[in-house]
Amino acid sequence: MHVVSEQVVVTGVGAVTPLGVGARTLHERWSAGAVGIRDGEAPCADFEPTDFLTAKAARRADRFTQLAIAACAEALADAGWDADGELPYAPERVGCVLGTGIGGIATLVDGQDTLRERGAECVSPLSVPLMMSNAGAGALSMRHGLRGPSFAVSSACASGAHALGCALRMLQCGEADAVVAGGSEAGLTPLARAAFGALDALSPSGVSRPFDARRDGFVMGEGAAVMVLERADAARERHARVLGAIRGYGASSDAHHLTAPRDDGAGQAAAIGAALADAGVAAEEVDYVNAHGTSTPLNDRAETRAIKLALGEHAGRIPVTSTKSAIGHLLGAAGAVEAVATLLALRDRIAPPTLGLSEPDDGLDLDYVPGAARPLSAGGERPALGLSNSFGFGGHNAVLCVEAA
Amino acid sequence: MSTVTSEEQIEKLVIESLETFGADPDLITRDATFEALDIDSLDLAELSQIVHESYGVELKGSDVADVKTVDDAVKLIASRL
Repeated sequence: MHVVSEQVVVTGVGAVTPLGVGARTLHERWSAGAVGIRDGEAPCADFEPTDFLTAKAARRADRFTQLAIAACAEALADAGWDADGELPYAPERVGCVLGTGIGGIATLVDGQDTLRERGAECVSPLSVPLMMSNAGAGALSMRHGLRGPSFAVSSACASGAHALGCALRMLQCGEADAVVAGGSEAGLTPLARAAFGALDALSPSGVSRPFDARRDGFVMGEGAAVMVLERADAARERHARVLGAIRGYGASSDAHHLTAPRDDGAGQAAAIGAALADAGVAAEEVDYVNAHGTSTPLNDRAETRAIKLALGEHAGRIPVTSTKSAIGHLLGAAGAVEAVATLLALRDRIAPPTLGLSEPDDGLDLDYVPGAARPLSAGGERPALGLSNSFGFGGHNAVLCVEAA
Repeated sequence: MSTVTSEEQIEKLVIESLETFGADPDLITRDATFEALDIDSLDLAELSQIVHESYGVELKGSDVADVKTVDDAVKLIASRL
């Protein structure tokens, strides 16, 4: 394998989130202080699968795949790709990596119900192809004729970030010229509610208020986001409009506990440090941090420590905000959705707010930008640079270093 | 279910199933090929399951492998009742 170590640029973004369909919808509504949470959950209430899929394609896809297909269509169009026609690269040079924490859980539950109520002979032959965690990646590959490497990555709530990091590496080592990458999740089922509830992970109050003293757990959401990543030289050659770059990626593991982060934040800090080193930038060059910020007691404390450990005194000088305050926790999609949100925030030089935060907890003393967005005071005329943190059950940490064009 | 199942009844079941699978109702005729209707092996697996549930007849993958048209499917099912 030849190592190219080429810069990787973002040429298109797409998202379906509880704030609506569209990446800009997410960015603009979050920045305006909108919250997509209702009755303690954050569904993509505006999403109509048949707006994006034929009836046949829709019944061949679990909701997590449907969301990914819609986000991908937007991202490809944004990148100027002809989604139904010829790709700008040889098809075998275009890959696809999609993160999901759970996969097709609604399909799994349906199959189990059918098995119990009507017997094994009635379980649908579509069960496996819909529920498998790689169904989303397979669907995107088939739909758009992406014939390079395609697969799913799964690291719970860090899946979306790991998928983008993996795509970055595929491009840097010359395995592809472009990779369509992101994350998707559709877990709003009674089973997931009960299971996360049993862990005391979900907010009993149904309010997402990261870093607040009253925070009591995360609010579960659903959605998807996709980025089109291209090798910078290849994007230049096709005169693509460049939105920004994934400058770096760092991943680490806590090796500590199945669900709890290390209280000292050291594992998470290692991932942040690795992302900075990979990007070749100093802590002082970071203008904004999109926190994992789940609104759980454990995460927000450990993450605050991690940011301070990794960025030192600079941590207190920059805005640190949580997308989950507006859309809840999109689990395996969160890392991708938040990477998209980070890029658009950096492009517009704005720090979207942490909503629902009025009484920061003891010791949580970073600048979380409570309540209302604020202009980003990035140094001089240079492009703004930020970090997007994602941490998953299992102790998986993934951090992306993103720069606006 | 009546003890005698007519070909018309079988045809109705097949057509309803194909519509559920997303085939264009305007294109569904007895002579229509599954290829033209965009009906593939997964759809035929589902159809076999519906036939089994409705008539208690088991169609294996090898049974439906040679089924190319709506008419083929109706006749195959009728021959097994």
